[in-house]
Amino acid sequence: MLTQRLLLSDRGGMLVLGLVLLTAIIVPILNLAVPSDSPLYVSNYTVALLGKFLCFALLALSVDLIWGYAGILSLGHGAFFSLGGYAMGMYLMRQIGDRGVYGHPELMDFMVVLNWDKLPWYWQGFDMFWFAMLMVLLVPGLLALVFGWLAFRSRVTGVYFAIITQALTYALMLAFFRNEMGFGGNNGLNDFKEILGFDLAAKTTRVGLFVASAFALIIGYMACRYIVTSRMGRVIIAIRDAESRTRFSGYQVESYKLWLFVFSAMLAAVAGALYVPQVGIINPGEFSPLNSIEMVVWVATGGRGTLFGAIVGAFSVNYAKTFFTTFSPETWLFILGGLFVLVTLLLPKGIVGLFDRFSRKGDKQ
Amino acid sequence: MIPICRLTPRHAVQQWLTRLLLLCLCSLPLHTSAQEAPEATPAQPTFDELVRQLPSGNLRQRATTVEQLASQQDERLADILAALIVGDLLANKDKPPVVAIRNGDTLTDALNGSDLTGTSGLRRIPVNNSLRTQLRGMVAQLNLSHPDSDKRYAAVQRFIRDGVDGETAALLRQHQPSEESGRVNDAIDAALALFDLQTGDRDQRMAAIDTLSGSLEQEARNALRSVAENDEDATLRAAGAKAIESIQGRISFYRFIENVFFGLSLGSILLLAAIGLAITFGVMGVINMAHGELIMIGAYTTWGIQVLFPDLIEWSLLIAIPAAFLITALVGIAIERGVIRFLYGRPLETLLATFGLSLVLQQAVRTLFSPLNRSVSSPEWISGTLSINPVLSITYTRLYILLFGLAVFFALMLVMKRTSLGLKVRAVSQNRAMARAVGVRSNWIDALTFGLGSGIAGVAGVALSQITNVGPNLGQAYIIDSFMVVVFGGVGNLWGTLVSAMSLGLINNFLEPWAGAMLAKVLVLIMLILFIQKKPKGLFPQKGRAAAD
Amino acid sequence: MNPLEQLRETWRRDQVFDFVQPAPDFSTKVDTTHGPILYVEDVSVSFDGFKALNNLNLYIDDGELRCIIGPNGAGKTTMMDVITGKTRPDTGSVWFGQRMNLLKLSEHEIARGGIGRKFQKPTIFEALSVFENLELATASNKHVWYTLNKSLTGEQLDRIDEVLKLIGLKEQFRMEAGALSHGQKQWLEIGMLLMQNPRVLLVDEPVAGMTGEEVEHTAELLTSLAGRHSVIVVEHDMAFVRSIARKVTVLHQGSVLAEGTMDQVQNDPRVVEVYLGE
Repeated sequence: MLTQRLLLSDRGGMLVLGLVLLTAIIVPILNLAVPSDSPLYVSNYTVALLGKFLCFALLALSVDLIWGYAGILSLGHGAFFSLGGYAMGMYLMRQIGDRGVYGHPELMDFMVVLNWDKLPWYWQGFDMFWFAMLMVLLVPGLLALVFGWLAFRSRVTGVYFAIITQALTYALMLAFFRNEMGFGGNNGLNDFKEILGFDLAAKTTRVGLFVASAFALIIGYMACRYIVTSRMGRVIIAIRDAESRTRFSGYQVESYKLWLFVFSAMLAAVAGALYVPQVGIINPGEFSPLNSIEMVVWVATGGRGTLFGAIVGAFSVNYAKTFFTTFSPETWLFILGGLFVLVTLLLPKGIVGLFDRFSRKGDKQ
Repeated sequence: MIPICRLTPRHAVQQWLTRLLLLCLCSLPLHTSAQEAPEATPAQPTFDELVRQLPSGNLRQRATTVEQLASQQDERLADILAALIVGDLLANKDKPPVVAIRNGDTLTDALNGSDLTGTSGLRRIPVNNSLRTQLRGMVAQLNLSHPDSDKRYAAVQRFIRDGVDGETAALLRQHQPSEESGRVNDAIDAALALFDLQTGDRDQRMAAIDTLSGSLEQEARNALRSVAENDEDATLRAAGAKAIESIQGRISFYRFIENVFFGLSLGSILLLAAIGLAITFGVMGVINMAHGELIMIGAYTTWGIQVLFPDLIEWSLLIAIPAAFLITALVGIAIERGVIRFLYGRPLETLLATFGLSLVLQQAVRTLFSPLNRSVSSPEWISGTLSINPVLSITYTRLYILLFGLAVFFALMLVMKRTSLGLKVRAVSQNRAMARAVGVRSNWIDALTFGLGSGIAGVAGVALSQITNVGPNLGQAYIIDSFMVVVFGGVGNLWGTLVSAMSLGLINNFLEPWAGAMLAKVLVLIMLILFIQKKPKGLFPQKGRAAAD
Repeated sequence: MNPLEQLRETWRRDQVFDFVQPAPDFSTKVDTTHGPILYVEDVSVSFDGFKALNNLNLYIDDGELRCIIGPNGAGKTTMMDVITGKTRPDTGSVWFGQRMNLLKLSEHEIARGGIGRKFQKPTIFEALSVFENLELATASNKHVWYTLNKSLTGEQLDRIDEVLKLIGLKEQFRMEAGALSHGQKQWLEIGMLLMQNPRVLLVDEPVAGMTGEEVEHTAELLTSLAGRHSVIVVEHDMAFVRSIARKVTVLHQGSVLAEGTMDQVQNDPRVVEVYLGE
């Protein structure tokens, strides 16, 4: 019954998840077990790149959940992603211990530079993995709860919501740029050494993080799928299409929006927490409004309101980004900008919609 | 330095006034001896010859030469003497020698002002203490009798800063009756009072404290403070303390005025950036994320005009305003016709598409010109400061931008309220179908309205090019702020935009001293987010049945 | 409310704080021991100086079918907005039965309490199927966690089946609601109201855009509902009103101009003047 609901009725999703699963199995083997001169060898660079893409796909999923299904356009999801990343980064920083440049047993290097004499209270507890993971979920979740409660309660919708979420991430970016905030200012958190005792530079650790990201994506997808196929999911679609009708049918629209927003924020935060150890740095630049709006384009390109479309979009746009920024960095912004215009004007259903159209044509013939 | 006189509006007036003043001064009998000196007999050496004589001979001969120089009226003299005092006047062994003024690392010819940087063989022209004292007095005298009141004021200021001794006091007393500028007179009063405070008898000192209590100079405060704290006479101590208090009161008042001015100035910048958006977003309901890039294009237009017409720097802004308006309006119309018109009624899609356009425009500028900032020069008539008193000074740039912002605002207001275009725009924004039914070409109006909003963004860019770096990212910095201004003010309400821009500017400026620039910005954003919770429709919401739906 | 009153309200002995109070229990019957189920008293609403409602008084009896007519701008839609909680009046009170103060409840609470509303323009969930539309409207626990985990009971499924028959959309139940015809959409919306199992139905222009046959069918449906539910119909179509009306209220400039049977109302000189103009 549940498998029917979550998987079988979702052909595109099955296909995409199957591919993700396949990558999660094959890539580690090709990276670890195949000698590096073999043509089948997958380089460390590719593993890191794919791991990054998996995190982005999870992030895109969280954006699609609220934009595609509830019609709430958040231009501040980068904030939740980054907060999750910072929480993970704080754990990784605490793991450095006295191996920093200044060798202080407790303080981070940037704190030594600032002449601080003790660890700020909000850095306490981050030496414990479980606490840090709890914070990965709680901090962005709480922010989403408070912010969403304020916004949805006063019925801020549509473009206004988009703009104030953008302002939110902009404000956070400015705040995190300040050295006195105690998050490393401009440079952010970097120079990590190990996670749970595993050396971050080691091949196996990197593959482990890659596999973890793949499974996080699969679990995240299932969770989203569970929500959108439940009655709650239908209420959410109902809110998107006819908000006042839903309200007059006896649903408290605000609380549906709010919980979905909080869940989505937490999903984005998990993506951020997995992203940071793989790229080895988190800085305030991640909060930049451009990042948040780029995520929306992944979803739009892939096809909104389908969940697996978000994954397709995240992979294809980011692949294109990697390709173009390596070979012709000049053109990338032209392409990204063009993509925004093209998708909104010509491809409102994204790549997935395009395939749908072709397959339907095929069915008719 | 010889000021290079270009004809600009402000300068022209200044020059004219100066000439008038000179004419008056020359006709005064008091000045005859000094003023007639230039019409000397041909036997006397010329100014240039005298300057070239300076390096030769011994110190006594040099003193004579200096005296002869002093009797000549020449604009270059003050600089040469000032350089001589501090040992920055150099010369080589040529006959006649090259005489140069050193200013940091650069060398300039003392006589014709040409650049001599890097020339070797120049040696310092030696002076001794007695000559230095003589020179100081001469420079002071020279400056005090300078026709430009700004120069005279600066000279008195320098006395105050360096400390007033008996000689200068005598000099000032001698000069004061002929002084015409009130500002310079006040400064002389302060300088003399400072002198009296040190050397005078009790009554004189009381009078001096009284005078100084009206002065805003730092030195006056210091002198009064030392009297208030250390003086043996209790009455004087009390009077000094009271004077300081009254000065502090006035200073904090002027600081407040200055803060308000800076706040309004920031507000006017926000206003300029947001006002075009108030049209496109507020009136038409179109979210144009490329608005910032239109501002950027306006700023680049200014730069382009300056590059194309390097001789017309003084007029470049005046040319750039209509040019930027036209160019950005055309770009705006192209955006509207090419993209936005397909997306009416789908605000979120419009937002994404225009954001894409903003990326394309940014990258286009980066590719076409350079990713680096371009330098846009300011015409002379808007640079400089207007110092009202020692505490309060206002830069002309900010003053002009404030006025310009208001002018643009009211011009736009007129267009919207008084012209048929404005009427049609309002009609289309309120009821498209009805407007079309009564014969308004709504497509055309959409394009024109968007062009108008975009054009104003371009004009804002011209103004912004004077205060920020002109680079591809110029627009990004303003887009969120501008949206905040429009949302805060109430969408569709031009007055609201004015009030909200000004109040945001003020709030930002008053928060800054105790919160720091960045935190102030964060706080303002948070306040705005909270404000939108409370009043989702802004300060001045559109009312009525239509708005309730 | 001034601070003193607020304080007094807070310290009332017979009442705990709002936030620890149990949510209003909507399953209990609405108290209609005194006859009327809906009390609208002295309600005024103004938009920017324009008085949409002006001291409106209206009482609806339990099980009554009431038609409300009036020229454009008479305040019909605003009245519905006030009853359903969409618009808060400047003055006046609105009570649902003896105990439920509608002015203190939000839209979804009013809906759960038993007041259903059909909009002028049919509003249904176009992306969902006909069945899902009815499913969402079903009277049941409508909290987030409940809808996330629970599916419908057999009893509720039977009820959906029943309503599908009643509104004549049995065949189309898998169809996307957006693909229905205009009349079918109107019925689906009425069907959704019925799924809510309300005590009071507010129906705004139900027959706009319907064919003659559909109008007849709708009239039949609405009259059959009266008795079990109280039905308030706002309508412009006089023939339709005549075919179903027992009691008619005429609104004009935000207050009640006349009330009575269709014949009484039509012969009222004031009503004639309002409709025909000077």
